[in-house]
Amino acid sequence: MWDYSDKVKEHFFQPRNAGPLADANAVGDVGSISCGDALRLMLKVDPETETIQQAQFQTFGCGSAIASSSALTEIIKGMKLDDALKVSNQDIADYLDGLPPEKMHCSVMGREALQAAIANYRGEEWSDDHEEGALICKCFAIDAVLIEDTVRANNLSTMEDVINYTKAGGGCASCHEGIEEILAKVLAERGESFKPVPVKAKEAPKPGKLTNLERIRRIEAVLESVRPQLQRDHGDIELVDVDGKTVYVSMTGACAGCQMEALTLQGIQAKLMEELGELVKLVPTRAGSLARATSQP
Amino acid sequence: MQGIYLDNNATTRVDPAVVEAMLPYFTEQFGNPSSLHSFGNKVGLAVKKARMQVQELLGAEHESEIIFTSCGTESDSTAILSALKANPERREIITTVLEHPAILSLYSQLEKEGYAAHYLKVDGKGRVDMDEYKRRLSDKVAVVSVMWANNETGSFFPVLEMAELANAAGVMFHTDAVQAVGKVPIDLKSSKIDMLSLSGHKLHAPKGIGVLYLKRGVRFRPLLRGGHQERGRRAGTENTASIVALGKACEMALAAMQHENTEVRRLRDKLEAGILARVPHAFATGDVTNRLPNTSNIAFEYIEGEAILLLLNKFGIAASSGSACTSGSLEPSHVMRAMGIPYTAAHGTTRFSLSRYTTEDEIDRVIQVVPEIVAQLRKLSPYWGENGPSAEPEKDFAPVYA
Repeated sequence: MWDYSDKVKEHFFQPRNAGPLADANAVGDVGSISCGDALRLMLKVDPETETIQQAQFQTFGCGSAIASSSALTEIIKGMKLDDALKVSNQDIADYLDGLPPEKMHCSVMGREALQAAIANYRGEEWSDDHEEGALICKCFAIDAVLIEDTVRANNLSTMEDVINYTKAGGGCASCHEGIEEILAKVLAERGESFKPVPVKAKEAPKPGKLTNLERIRRIEAVLESVRPQLQRDHGDIELVDVDGKTVYVSMTGACAGCQMEALTLQGIQAKLMEELGELVKLVPTRAGSLARATSQP
Repeated sequence: MQGIYLDNNATTRVDPAVVEAMLPYFTEQFGNPSSLHSFGNKVGLAVKKARMQVQELLGAEHESEIIFTSCGTESDSTAILSALKANPERREIITTVLEHPAILSLYSQLEKEGYAAHYLKVDGKGRVDMDEYKRRLSDKVAVVSVMWANNETGSFFPVLEMAELANAAGVMFHTDAVQAVGKVPIDLKSSKIDMLSLSGHKLHAPKGIGVLYLKRGVRFRPLLRGGHQERGRRAGTENTASIVALGKACEMALAAMQHENTEVRRLRDKLEAGILARVPHAFATGDVTNRLPNTSNIAFEYIEGEAILLLLNKFGIAASSGSACTSGSLEPSHVMRAMGIPYTAAHGTTRFSLSRYTTEDEIDRVIQVVPEIVAQLRKLSPYWGENGPSAEPEKDFAPVYA
């Protein structure tokens, strides 16, 4: 069974604002090709103020699709259209305390339904601008299309390139066969062949100028400084271990498995490097998801 | 919570008698069956007994035709890769579009390695076209692999007839029978089946034990080489406790064969008829007059399977679904797609698979709960109107797909 948060389950079992909305003046019908789910979002917009007075949904889809639809209607009720357009799929996922990486597309579908409904209200034509491929990297929720496009656009040729440009393959590494297949395919188009180059082994930890204790204290101080910000988004971060130049952290709550996790971590990593005066790598462990998985009956 | 377990095609509970039979092989009977001393000797005899119990259930001619493996998937891979190694000049392989991933993923990898794979298509009930099959058989084909019964619908393929045809064409024939063994009578000695896979945990033995049946005289190349275990055909120290357990489970399955095909079948039929009588816009998928006695796969139109399972789970009922969202991969069921089941129905397919432990009370409870759940989800569906599907569901709701 999927690793659904309590919030997802609650919105699935007791969906808010479900069912047709008779006097809707904005309707968005969208579907996700990757799983066949589909959603109709109906809004009642006050023409005077362009405020969403009522939002209802009907969804043909799985638990997280229904929960995402329910969350979306709760988020946008009372919003002005221009503000509603700023609601991202991440906002929907965050509202639900996160979604499993395979299910992030459900939140994308929610955002698209919202855009389609607003376009419908304004008499515009809405078309989708992104293509979704098969999920390759489950650690960072990165699909085949993104990897292939990035490899092609940047002339990448090694696994390490792909990890550096997309983060795909940078976690548990079990998707490397799939990434190599993409590399081999794109390289073949360029008339080259894929040669496996071992991903550079971790450098042996060199003692820095700081003592171990000082280093760890500084790392903890940096993490403490970002925690309030993460907690505002229903997430949190904890230090798990420091091994040479690698700092292992556990992302919990909404941060665990969040698509923005990579960006969040990059920011914290930059802060750490600044503070420590050395290159370090910040690596999320899956301890957060593990804790949630084991806490379930 | 006791719960109502109707997901026996996924896995089964280990029978308490099976657990009892295997426990001594974790403790006092810990010896290595290959050892000469008395510690090992007794275990060796227990493995031999288990092998004969499996032989009996399969109707195999010789006990030496039974090779213990770690699971159904290992048996499948061993069989197919052996046939290819034994026939290096043959570069074509045949299977059906309805196979389990244990075969399909292997075939797709073999295609990357240069083999030409032929996937036999099926009709709306999941039946293969025997003429197409006959056309594909030639001396270029190394092996045919066809499942005995489909895991999602329970429907049978005519494996006995297909094995005869393969044999006549001089082609090796393998069947993945993990769903069929223990549920339908099998008599391999009177068949032309060269190789058969079974999996212990589908018939009340533990997970982690399987069998490859290899007809005497069929050319074979091991997947795992090493020690002399299993007569050198599957090296590696025997999983003795699980082998003993599987033997016991096979004995019990044989004893329950009659029950499986009368009482279990009756409960399955009652469940299916009960649900279909109470839920409109639902139908049973597959070849319903030619299937396993324990399986019913029902498509509930206009709703999605994972949502159904989550609600069933709330009532303590365990089933499974062919919906895209219930598999880790998000791929909709290839079985439903291959049979041409429309999108809006394929996503709502729900599989109920019974066992000899299923009771009448449990079936009555499921018949009572399912209609409520379906109605609740249809209220949320954009394809559904007030009291039924909207006038033209596919037209009234035609989303922009991204």
